[in-house]
Amino acid sequence: MKRRQFIALAASSFALLAAGPALADALANIESTKTIRVAVPQDFPPFGSVGSDMKPVGYDVDMANLIGEKLGVKVELVPVTSANRIPYLQTNKVDLVISSLGKNPDREKVIDFTDAYAPFFNGVFGPDDVTAAKAEDLAGKSVGVTRGAVEDLELTKIAPATTDIKRYEDNNGTISAFLSGQVDLVATGNVVAAAILARNPPKKPEIKFLIKNSPCSIGLNKNEPALLEKVNTIIADARKSGELNAIAQKWLGADLPAEF
Amino acid sequence: MTYSFDFSWIGEYLPVLLKGVGITVELILVGAFFGVALGTLCAWIRALGPLWLRPVVGAYVEMIRNTPFLIQLFFIFFGLPSLGFRMSELQAANLAMIVNLGAYSCEIIRAGIQATPRGQFEAGASLAMSPIQTFWHVVLIPSLQRIWPALSSQIVIVMLGSAAVSQIAAEDLTFAANFIQSRNFRAFEAYLVSTVIYLFLAIVLRQLLRGAGALLFAKRRAAQ
Repeated sequence: MKRRQFIALAASSFALLAAGPALADALANIESTKTIRVAVPQDFPPFGSVGSDMKPVGYDVDMANLIGEKLGVKVELVPVTSANRIPYLQTNKVDLVISSLGKNPDREKVIDFTDAYAPFFNGVFGPDDVTAAKAEDLAGKSVGVTRGAVEDLELTKIAPATTDIKRYEDNNGTISAFLSGQVDLVATGNVVAAAILARNPPKKPEIKFLIKNSPCSIGLNKNEPALLEKVNTIIADARKSGELNAIAQKWLGADLPAEF
Repeated sequence: MTYSFDFSWIGEYLPVLLKGVGITVELILVGAFFGVALGTLCAWIRALGPLWLRPVVGAYVEMIRNTPFLIQLFFIFFGLPSLGFRMSELQAANLAMIVNLGAYSCEIIRAGIQATPRGQFEAGASLAMSPIQTFWHVVLIPSLQRIWPALSSQIVIVMLGSAAVSQIAAEDLTFAANFIQSRNFRAFEAYLVSTVIYLFLAIVLRQLLRGAGALLFAKRRAAQ
């Protein structure tokens, strides 16, 4: 190799490296390697946990496999924790983070988000025969919450003075109080409600109204418009075809809300 | 130590604290009165009562004394509703404390009764006292005097154990401390304040029990 050519090559590859992921096209990379690397949780059921065969299972895992299937590539699952899921993406160890990630302004500064793929909200839940469409309807009713949780703080602000808010030590106390009929309603997350539903209790917690909505989105690196558009299309198609609803039914025990 | 204390929240949360103190005091008053009454009845049965009833009371005492208070509380509050006995968290807390103190005080009082010399029963009978009179004046009161310090301690222990009722959302003093620290994150101060209040309550309770003892046994002491 002639010396000038070598310098030119070295310079151009350095420029590529320096620009980092900004110039790389993750989608092209995924298609050429026939592999997509996805960060999934392994300690956050029902979104991600380790199954009896030691393989990760959950809503997020099914979502990752769905995307892999639609792209026609192999899925490589990378287990992450909630603390390191964004660094894994930033250091390019994964292409996507499907790890029950909620959109917020701080995170949006460093990564991009797709459209929502999973509902994640806090709300007031109760059996069929109790009506409570809004906070005012809680007057005179007893509501169980986990002390210090977001639901507790929000409900304390919005519930009428005659609401009897019973604060339990942890989610299990709140669930037990609801199932044993010590409270009329519970204010909790949809994931906890799904855990109650999974036990197939005589009193089924149905959503009455939302307190705080922060649906999960898929995270990807900034400046990846091709991948972002592709994943958004897959999510939109999966919602239309009912595939996403099937995942929600399987892991959350409820249909997807009309909007989330 | 670089920790900077902040007690500015006390004004804001004073109603919560006062309510907590009120409920703790209510729990211990009801619990101590009915608990000792239940314990006395059980002690009489175990020491002097009908033979067929003794194993029943024995089973109750052993069951309560060998299981954690928290489990008894959960059993009453979360378990019994499945059988159709639903009660509020305060009723459940009161019941758990009565049942718990009943078992412990039964054994303490029984020890006092069984330490009563046989001759005293016969002395009572020979003075033409009815069995109930004999039990009350000749057996129970002297027995209680003998075991009063142990019984007082047990009542204080049960009062301190009442902190567990915050687990079923009964809004006692411990609940108040937990509630406050979950809102303002001043855990050190919240538990410091509740510790001081518990200490104060325990000291007052001990003095009250000592006073009650002096009143109850005054005649006897004068006669001695």
